[in-house]
Amino acid sequence: MYQYDQYDQTLVNERVAQFRDQTRRFLAGELSEEQFRPLRLMNGLYIQTHAPMLRVAIPYGLLSSRQLRMLAHIARKYDRGYGHFTTRQNIQYNWPKLEEVPDILAELATVEMHAIQTSGNCIRNTTSDHLAGVSADELEDPRAWCEIIRQWSTLHPEFAFLPRKFKIAVSGAAKDRAATQVHDIGLHLLRNEQGELGFEVLVGGGLGRTPIIGQTIRPFLEKKHLLSYLEAILRVYNLFGRRDNKYKARVKILLKETGVEEFTQMVEEEWSHIRDALELDNKEIERVKTFFNPPGYASNASTDTSFAVKLAENSGFAAWVRVNTVEHKIPGYRAVFVSLKAPGVPPGDITDAQMDILADLADRYSFGELRATHTQNLLLADVKQADLYELWQGLADANLATANIGKASDIICCPGLDFCSLANSSSIPVALEIAARMEDADYLYDLGDIRINISGCMNGCGHHTVGHIGILGVDKKGEEWFQLTLGGSSSNDASLGERLGPAVPKDQVANTVDTILQTYIELREGEESFLETVRRIGMPPFQEKVYANH
Amino acid sequence: MQIIKDGTIIHDDVQHLADAEAPTGNRFTVSFERWKAERESLLAAGCAPGVRLSSGNALADIAGDLPFLDLVVVEFPAFADGRAFSLARLLRERYGYAGEIRARGDFIRDQLYFLVRVGVNAFEPKGGLDLEKLLPALKDFSVNYQAAADDVELIYQKRGK
Repeated sequence: MYQYDQYDQTLVNERVAQFRDQTRRFLAGELSEEQFRPLRLMNGLYIQTHAPMLRVAIPYGLLSSRQLRMLAHIARKYDRGYGHFTTRQNIQYNWPKLEEVPDILAELATVEMHAIQTSGNCIRNTTSDHLAGVSADELEDPRAWCEIIRQWSTLHPEFAFLPRKFKIAVSGAAKDRAATQVHDIGLHLLRNEQGELGFEVLVGGGLGRTPIIGQTIRPFLEKKHLLSYLEAILRVYNLFGRRDNKYKARVKILLKETGVEEFTQMVEEEWSHIRDALELDNKEIERVKTFFNPPGYASNASTDTSFAVKLAENSGFAAWVRVNTVEHKIPGYRAVFVSLKAPGVPPGDITDAQMDILADLADRYSFGELRATHTQNLLLADVKQADLYELWQGLADANLATANIGKASDIICCPGLDFCSLANSSSIPVALEIAARMEDADYLYDLGDIRINISGCMNGCGHHTVGHIGILGVDKKGEEWFQLTLGGSSSNDASLGERLGPAVPKDQVANTVDTILQTYIELREGEESFLETVRRIGMPPFQEKVYANH
Repeated sequence: MQIIKDGTIIHDDVQHLADAEAPTGNRFTVSFERWKAERESLLAAGCAPGVRLSSGNALADIAGDLPFLDLVVVEFPAFADGRAFSLARLLRERYGYAGEIRARGDFIRDQLYFLVRVGVNAFEPKGGLDLEKLLPALKDFSVNYQAAADDVELIYQKRGK
């Protein structure tokens, strides 16, 4: 993974010093709450229901075991012994003290981490494919490009006070695992007719109050022009994005109001002035790429025979391998998901002790590296098949081996009313109740791959609009109700879910999901997935069942 | 009045004229709209005018006039309104303006470093800010990843050596 040199380290250290001074001035009354707000937000610090909430950046989801141990230490020393992984591949702490945040950032800086631009109206942490570098369907590893974007966007002087937040995602594979179509900018590595690799550039996707699928504004961009093109898009957005209404300030609204042709023309015109002056330096690209060279894979990993024996012997292990691991481009290796969706545990939560254990397992079995996924799980990307059985036992001892990745109990869920001051419903209890009904493994696996996403309010941090089943908390005269949508997806076939009908009360959400799943089982044809069934038969059969007794 | 210019605190006598107000001294600024309406007479007076840009103004409209302008003011109606950052950078990089670019209004200390990088070289904050306390903010960082309107050596260039 990328390693800081003296310059990267200097910048992060200077940022810590700057924030320490900002916090001091705020506590001394020299900065008003209004003035401090954008400053603390650009360092990932929110003021929430119970306490400040600190969001730490995990650039494109990549973590070393050393960094994970530091995250555990921070959870222990400054928080209540746990952290929460988010859909943006970051981690959040819910209980830090404001006056201690500069110390937390200083500790993070010692392991090349920071909270820069994890919130605020600026360019956020760039996200990517959690299987980057290990999946067989990859054209090129996107992480070097993510790192180049990370450096370019970090403290960019022109784009620190945008109309609204700005999110970039990069995918380098045929299958889009980075939800690039629902980002402000989605970059897709692809090959043109001449066989050269470059980027398809999408703009204007996003979730939240106005969910929209992004549109392609450039089918092919030469790699050397990546930063100049991003800069052109950001400049057009900074100058012309709406600032009169924060709910209409995202670039998706600008693109919608100007139309994709005119928006594209504005970007291309801006780009024509800067493209030649801002070409990427080849030496720097090559330097960054070397950090993502493959680790020292064993050439004989596939000759192991113990794996097949264990699979035949132990059905629990076999189920975990089938559900929680995926193919690796190197024979004899697999990528292993670490489920943060154990029964009774809020989705994405992990304790300090679990983080320490996981860091040790990563050192022992996966070259000391981990990744955070946008589905709020973790991943050990490079595990030898011969090691899987021991790893499974180690994970199971730490309650990290629930075999449910991609299934109905692997729910994406925002922190909700229990933590977040924006929310109008508590999403976590709903997620836990739905998951609790999936304890029968045969039933869970029979349902197949299904994405259930829950957001506690229309800001959509739980990505409900792209859930196969989306669940949105709404406030009805002080009571928590939930609106359901079906048929959303953030993958290659991206689509926004369609509303099922009137909202249901909180105590009926799990029953309603049951009814939807039963209806699927009754009406599916052959091996059809839930999403395929919804797309084939549409909403009416589900509506009839759900609202039959109303 | 005092302002920060080119890294030091200096006395400044520039008047920011309202649209109906007649100039009394030699150095003054007018709004973008007034400049467009009274360009000829303001130039004929033989003084050194400046123009105040607010966020929505189109720079192309005054590009040809830049050689005659003593200063260009980028106004901050609110500190969170970041359009001034792009305007300043375009003035320097696209239009080659070499005169004073002054940030004026509701910007805050923590924006100074970014403002310098996009080409602003003078600072006239809204009342009440201690200029001495602002000066260190010009040097919040010693390293920079990305190219902007200043002429600093970038991190990748340092690495390339």
